[in-house]
Amino acid sequence: MLILNAVLVLVILMNLYALGAGRMSSLVRAAALQGVLLGLLPVLALHDRGGVPLVMAAITVAVKGLLIPYMLLKALRDANVKKEVEPIVGFMPSILLGALVTGFALLMAARLSGPRHPLGLLVIPTSISTIFTGFLLLTARVKAVTQTIGFLLLENGIFVFGLLLLAAIPSLVELGILLDLFVGIFVISIILHHINRTFSSLDTRQLAALKE
Amino acid sequence: MIYLAILLVCLLGAGIAVIIPSERYRPLILPAVGVAHFGLVLTILEGSDAGYWRHYLAIDPPGKIVLLVISGLFLVCSFYAVGYLRYRTERINRVFCCCLPLFLGAMTLVTCSDHLGVMWIAMEGTTLSCAPLIYFNRTPRSIEATWKFLLICSVGIALALLGSFFVAYSAVSQGIAPTLEINGLVRQAPHLNAAWLQGGFIFLLVGYGTKMGLAPMHTWKPDAYGEAPGVVGALMSGGLTSCAFLMVMRAGHILQAAGQGLWTSHILIFMGLLSMAFAALFVVGQKDIKRMLAYSSVENMGILVLGLGIGGPALFGALLHIINNAFTKGVLFLSAGNIHRAFGAKTTPEISGAMRRLPLSGMLFLLGFIAVTGSPPFGPFVSEFMILGGAFSGGHYWAAAAFLILLLIIFLGMGRTVLAVVQGRPSSAARRTRYHDTFLTAAPILLTLLLVLMLGLFIPPPLAAILHQAAAFMGAKR
Repeated sequence: MLILNAVLVLVILMNLYALGAGRMSSLVRAAALQGVLLGLLPVLALHDRGGVPLVMAAITVAVKGLLIPYMLLKALRDANVKKEVEPIVGFMPSILLGALVTGFALLMAARLSGPRHPLGLLVIPTSISTIFTGFLLLTARVKAVTQTIGFLLLENGIFVFGLLLLAAIPSLVELGILLDLFVGIFVISIILHHINRTFSSLDTRQLAALKE
Repeated sequence: MIYLAILLVCLLGAGIAVIIPSERYRPLILPAVGVAHFGLVLTILEGSDAGYWRHYLAIDPPGKIVLLVISGLFLVCSFYAVGYLRYRTERINRVFCCCLPLFLGAMTLVTCSDHLGVMWIAMEGTTLSCAPLIYFNRTPRSIEATWKFLLICSVGIALALLGSFFVAYSAVSQGIAPTLEINGLVRQAPHLNAAWLQGGFIFLLVGYGTKMGLAPMHTWKPDAYGEAPGVVGALMSGGLTSCAFLMVMRAGHILQAAGQGLWTSHILIFMGLLSMAFAALFVVGQKDIKRMLAYSSVENMGILVLGLGIGGPALFGALLHIINNAFTKGVLFLSAGNIHRAFGAKTTPEISGAMRRLPLSGMLFLLGFIAVTGSPPFGPFVSEFMILGGAFSGGHYWAAAAFLILLLIIFLGMGRTVLAVVQGRPSSAARRTRYHDTFLTAAPILLTLLLVLMLGLFIPPPLAAILHQAAAFMGAKR
């Protein structure tokens, strides 16, 4: 329980770090570290630690912590464009906003009436904080890679919420979700390659030909 | 077992498409997959097969309707695609021929899954297999459309996963063992926590509504349909959106079992009318024929959701409208694709006199327009009339009035563009291309139109039986 909460706090810290990250590579690294932490969470949350949860944890760490960050870094290297993040909303305001939402979520969770979940109070606020961070990166950054990382964090946040439902999510479904995420990022990185080749940049403001 | 067989057919088709080296013969795999798939679907519709994976795979009556629709539409489109790809020899069609069966397989899995998680995986699968199809033309505009489609739909779908989790969590907070199985959720629905359930429904509606293209989450739709080949537009606007609507129906079904029917019906009616209003706003003065069809799709998604929200006789209308909308959209997108090919353009000042240059496709496009705007004697007239009748008998007078006014505006708005396209002579500046209607690019459309016409005149008894079964399942009385 204590370790679980500590890891959840680390996940929140990664969110704030991602919001303040000015270089693309540190942003990818934050997402990778968060992916590794996420892989550990289900093992910490379960009481009986049989073989299956350990294998699932290993796969999650491999996909979220290694494979996907590797694909994103490769896409960045191939694109060979400026490596700064280019925010629409500045780094400091982003961090403040993220901290504000996280604090509010924690406050709400503490006030929530009804039976306490055995996993403690931190799961839902961590999930909300991560989902919000994902949305902020999706909307307040201009580069296509940054938006992809925003989507990744959004998925991470939903994954954290899934901790509360471990019994209801069969491993097969969990694997399917991970596979979708992996193939999704793979397709996205191919499209990123084509965007870069066609527009000589990954700036999504260039993608504005189609409108009414 | 049969579900696994049908999925295997799609996977095998995709695999064989990758292996075949000949650009000319590779597209022939599509009709082969289409025929095999349709045959298996007919067996599924006849029997009730529990199968081995009963916790994951099972088909409910509304799922049967959608499965029939996607299989029939794919069959038509697969023959058309062979004719279409003969005109696109400058493009390598390997990825295209591989992704179409995968797309079909993902849609099939959506219809026959009985688990919110499996359904979600399949739905994300449709997004991923569809993206390369939109990107077939490899123009800067099609990259932009693909990027927007991928990002918006993936984010939308992610919210739907959160919604699914909320729905399951509504059991945890009541001290019940949580489940993501739809049957299980319907059974335990009366005991679930209402607040989490409602929150879950909102996220599911927003998430799968994004995939349907309900306003205001429809922004990817005109871009994707505008840049994708006609045959992809047909499969997306007829098949993919129907699958997404099926998810909304299943979510609504859980909420109704929990006694929240009235609450969901208010939300659905509002969302339906909002989509129709957005469509009316953007369809007027629309010069691009494919974007115009996209807004028509937004309108029809609104009609479906409205029918679901009103319930009663309108529910039967909405179920029938799934079929009518899918096949009418097939006619429109395929004939619009032919017109696009023949003129090398898809906006009105460049295209005129389509009836002269392409008598058959021009006529089919015009008849498709008449059908989709709900004019007799075509199918959509019948289903829209049922929804209208349901609105009046259910006491939703304001909704009925708004429905009628919006239908009229959209009819006038679309009519102006369509008439400009088909009438007159091709302008002297209009490019001549080598395209002319062939058997494979015209006959499938003609057949589909005849089907839409038949649905307007009479509904075959076996189909009527499935529709009644589905309406009863969804709870025709509220």
